[in-house]
Amino acid sequence: MTVTFLILAILTVAGTAAAMGLRNAVHCVLALTVGFAGVAALYLQLDAQFVGFTQIMVYVGAVAILAVFAIMMTHSPTAVRLPAYSSQWVWGGIVAAAVFLVLAWAICSSSASTQALPPQPYIDVQQIGDALMHRYVLPLEIMGLLLTAALIGAVVIAMDRKEETK
Amino acid sequence: MIHTLDQIFVLAKLWLLGYFPVGAQPLASAILSVIPILIAFPLLFAITTWLERKGLGRMQNRYGPNRTGPFGLLQPIADAIKSLTKEDIVPLTADHLVHFLAPLVLVAAAFLAYAVLPIGRNMVLVNMNAGVLFFFAIGSTVELSVFMAGWSSRSKYSLLGAMRAVAQMISYEVPMVLATIVIIMQAGSLSTVTIVEKQAGYTGIFPHWFVFTPWGFVGFVLFMIAATAESNRSPFDLPEGESEIIAGYYIEYSGFKFALFFLGEYLGMFATSGLAITLFLGGWSAPFSFLTWIPSYAWFFAKLLALIGAFIWIRGTLPRLRMDQLMNLAWQYILPMALINMLVAGVWHFMPLGPFRWLVCTALLAVPCVLLGHALKRKKKFQVRTYQFVE
Repeated sequence: MTVTFLILAILTVAGTAAAMGLRNAVHCVLALTVGFAGVAALYLQLDAQFVGFTQIMVYVGAVAILAVFAIMMTHSPTAVRLPAYSSQWVWGGIVAAAVFLVLAWAICSSSASTQALPPQPYIDVQQIGDALMHRYVLPLEIMGLLLTAALIGAVVIAMDRKEETK
Repeated sequence: MIHTLDQIFVLAKLWLLGYFPVGAQPLASAILSVIPILIAFPLLFAITTWLERKGLGRMQNRYGPNRTGPFGLLQPIADAIKSLTKEDIVPLTADHLVHFLAPLVLVAAAFLAYAVLPIGRNMVLVNMNAGVLFFFAIGSTVELSVFMAGWSSRSKYSLLGAMRAVAQMISYEVPMVLATIVIIMQAGSLSTVTIVEKQAGYTGIFPHWFVFTPWGFVGFVLFMIAATAESNRSPFDLPEGESEIIAGYYIEYSGFKFALFFLGEYLGMFATSGLAITLFLGGWSAPFSFLTWIPSYAWFFAKLLALIGAFIWIRGTLPRLRMDQLMNLAWQYILPMALINMLVAGVWHFMPLGPFRWLVCTALLAVPCVLLGHALKRKKKFQVRTYQFVE
C-alpha cells in the first residue's frame, strides 16, 4: 500500500462520506465530485488511463453538472428540512457493520485472495479501441442505438411541453 | 548549432538535473518541466491583455492604453498591482468556502491542460497515450468551477451567468470533440505527440498538416468556432454579457480573485488554441520546408499568437449572438457538419490517392454545407424587425 493510494483512498472516502452527511444539497454534490475525482485518480494509479479519464469526463463533467441542475430546478428553500441523521442510526450502523463483516470474511476466506496475482498486461488506449471496433462492435452498436433512442425520447418530451404552452 | 538551439530548453533541463541527487531526480525533473509552463503562459496572458486592448482600441477608433510605459506596454503590470492591492470583498450571504475555491479550481484545471501540449520538439510534459482524452476530461471540470462561482455568490446575476455558461459549454463540447475525432481517425492515436509526428514531412515545400485536407479544414473551422464558445469569448460571450448580466458568474468577485478568473479564462483559450495547433496546424513544425532551421518552440508560439490575433479580430468584429441563435448554431449547423465531416474523413481514408479524392471529398463537404445553410435560412422569416415594447 503506497502513500499515494492512501491519500487517494482517504480523499475518496471522505468525499463520499461528506456527500451523505452534509446538509446543503449542492455541498453534497460538490463533495460527491471529490469522491468521483478520487476514484478516477485511483484508476490512473492502476495505469488505466482510458477508464480514469472517462470517469472524470462522465462523472465530474456531466453527472455532477446534471445533479446540480436537477437540484437547482427542483429545490425550494421553504421545503421541510429533515435532519441528516435518522433516529434509528444505531440499527442502521449494526446492519452496515454486519454486511461489511460478512463481505470481508467471504473475501478473506476465498481462494482468490491467497493466489498470487498474475502479471498485469499493459493495456493502452489503442488496444481498447481495437477491441471495441472488432470483437465488441455489436454491443457497442446496441449501446449507441440505446443512447440515441434515449436522446430522441428526451427531445420528444421537451417538444411536447412546448406545444402545450402555445 | 541549429539542433542545439532547437533543443536548448531540453538540454538546459538535463544540465540542471545533473546537480540533483539521483533519488530526487524524478521529482526535480517534473518540477523543472512545470516551472517554465507556469511562467511562460501567464506572461503570454499579460502580453495578450495588452494586445487585446490595443487591438480592440484601434478597431474602435481609439488609442487603447498609452499612459504606462512606451505604447502602454507596462499596463499589465499596473493591472496586476491594482488587482493585488484591491480589497477582497465577499458577499455576506455567500458560501465562503465554495466562493473561495471556485477561482482556484478554474486556474488549476486550466494549467493542467498544458500537461499534454507539445510546445516544441521533445518538449511535452507528459506523453500520455490518451492525451487528447485527458485534455477534454480536464476541460470538462471547468464547467464545475464556473457553476461553483455562480452559485456560491448568492446573486441572481451570477447564477444566471453560470447557468448560461454551463449550458453553452456543454452544447459546444459535443461539436468540439466530434471535430477532433476526424484527426484521431486519421492519425490512429490519441497521443498529442504522435499526432504531431504524423503531420511531419513535406511535399515540395508544403507541409502535411491536417488543415490542408478537406476534412481537416472543415474540422479546423468547426473546432475554432466551438473553441470560441468554450472560452466564452465574443460573439459567444452571453455568460458574461456586460450589458445584460454585468459580468456573469464572477460579478461578486473582486481584487485578485477576479484577476484569477481572467487568468483562467485566457489560459483556457490558449490551451484550446494550443490543441488546435497540435491537431490541425502541425504542432511545432515549420510551415515551409526551408524554414525548419527556426526552433520548434518559436513556431508553436508564433502559431499561438496568430490564433490569439484571430480571436481578438473576431471579438472586435462580430456582435453578440442571442441565446436561441447560439443553441441553434450548435445543434442545427455545427453538429450535423461535424458528423458529415467524420463520414468524409472515412471516405478519404479508403479512396485511392490523387486529385479525384480531393474533388469527391470537397464536394461531399461543400454541398451539405450550402444545403444546410439554405434549409435553415428558409425556415426563418426575414422581415423588418418590429419591437414589442418600443414605439
